[in-house]
Amino acid sequence: MNETPTRIAILSGKGGAGKTFVSTNLAYVGKATYIDCDVEEPNGALFFQTTVLKRTPVMVKIPQIDSKKCTGCRQCVSFCQFSALAFINKQVKVFEEVCHSCGGCSLVCPEQAITEKGKIIGWMEESISDSVHILSGKLNIGEESGVPIIKDLIHYQRENNLEIIDCPPGTSCSVIEGISSADYCIIVGEETLYSLENLKLVVDLLEKMKIPFGVVINKSTTDESELYHYCTTKHIRILSRIPYMKEYQFITSKGELLSKYSPSGKNHFDSLLEAVKEAIR
Amino acid sequence: MKQLLVLSGKGGTGKTTVTTSLIHISQVKKYADCDVDAPNLHLSMTEIPLKETIAINGLPKAFIHQDICKNCGLCQKYCRFDAIYLRENEYIVDSMLCEGCSVCTLVCPVDAISMKKNANGLLRNYENEDTFFTTATLNMGSGNSGLLVSEVKNQLKTSDVESSFEIIDGSPGIGCPVISSITGVDLILIVAEPSVSGISDMIRVLEVAKRMNVRAVVSVNKYDVNEEKTYDIINICKERNLVFVGTIPYDPKLIEISNGIFNLDTLNHSIGYESIKHIYDNIKSILLGDE
Repeated sequence: MNETPTRIAILSGKGGAGKTFVSTNLAYVGKATYIDCDVEEPNGALFFQTTVLKRTPVMVKIPQIDSKKCTGCRQCVSFCQFSALAFINKQVKVFEEVCHSCGGCSLVCPEQAITEKGKIIGWMEESISDSVHILSGKLNIGEESGVPIIKDLIHYQRENNLEIIDCPPGTSCSVIEGISSADYCIIVGEETLYSLENLKLVVDLLEKMKIPFGVVINKSTTDESELYHYCTTKHIRILSRIPYMKEYQFITSKGELLSKYSPSGKNHFDSLLEAVKEAIR
Repeated sequence: MKQLLVLSGKGGTGKTTVTTSLIHISQVKKYADCDVDAPNLHLSMTEIPLKETIAINGLPKAFIHQDICKNCGLCQKYCRFDAIYLRENEYIVDSMLCEGCSVCTLVCPVDAISMKKNANGLLRNYENEDTFFTTATLNMGSGNSGLLVSEVKNQLKTSDVESSFEIIDGSPGIGCPVISSITGVDLILIVAEPSVSGISDMIRVLEVAKRMNVRAVVSVNKYDVNEEKTYDIINICKERNLVFVGTIPYDPKLIEISNGIFNLDTLNHSIGYESIKHIYDNIKSILLGDE
């Protein structure tokens, strides 16, 4: 690694606005590392149509109770803030899905009856395609939180100078993990009222976290939208306006990269990359 | 009483547009928006007046009393969430990262840390003579959205409005808010999108429903964007013995719903709205057939 890479996180507030569409295409034209942090529903790797080279399990620590040592004092049960422990049939039962792995129960146990064991909650998958290094997180079905997977993805060693982080929708804890180390954020918005309302929440979040950002207007059908006016009034930089085209929708629905299969599509992302570089400078 | 939950896996497939239409078509008297991360249903349900807003507390967050703190750093060492950092010789809690486990209060040798109340989100109840609608917004950066979803569903339970049928708009994904929203419902309607991503996400949310033993039926929105993928979805339903309840074409008149405009004059007899009516008929017979 020669220098600190530039990290760009892509967000939207509302799902389906085009986060993965923008992230994958931007990573393609920028020959970047693409990191899919939407671990509940990861889709980015599908667009690179390649096979997984390496799978790494993501582990969390889960308490393990030694029933021989446990005296039934229930201090662990009353300490646990997440109701992940209960005293049932004279035994401490662990509800693994809601455990936050804080380690409090093993600290509080006076008998040292609680140790921690590893539990796989999901996977990190790595592949390479068209000079793009692809890292995806995948939460196992039935697990409640993908935050530990996002942490592993963010801290994973990689070599490109440009990193594109595809975030989950919303403004919850998982999104914070994805953007906390970003140099710049791109919010992808549509021109509907639903999308605008959700985008405002993301703007509030980024302003609070003091991360610079710009907006991409996706599936645009007019230059006079509410979203456009909102951005200009708030002095938010509009990085690109990608028009609504049936052809673009179709290519994307097939799981193909627009910038690979459509010259006009590629133009949008070449100039978006330039606009982002300009904004960071 | 029967509860219908609308889910999709992938975001932006048209959950809230379909939910809004189903509410109008079915004339349902009780409904909720459980997409607490990015709620939108209230933007389309403007005719019902707001009755009350309730702040919901999540888990408390750690707070370090600087006058007591001896700067030993044990709290930082034991925090598994990297929520405690040192700034100008003071240990400080980053409330966005603190998950409220309170391990720091346990390890602090001088009792300098206490847990402080923390608002997790805001609940809003809308009500008129015969209709009840509840929704909530998660505070930014908050975790535990499942807790807030449960609160929204509790409001449905405790409301005095009577209804034999309830509709819930869900959130994208498969994590804690989705799991909380599935708990206790009678039927899930999946609004799928005919794309490689839409199919992958739909399968993951179907797996969650299966694990939780809740029946799911499937519809496809904007089916004409990619008819081949629509057939793939129909085939997946056949393989999994799931009822396919219908397709909805791309219809600009339906998109008006996501602009907060609901005009029955233009919607009635539009191909999009008519196909949602057809989907409702199918859902109704499934829900009533179970009785």
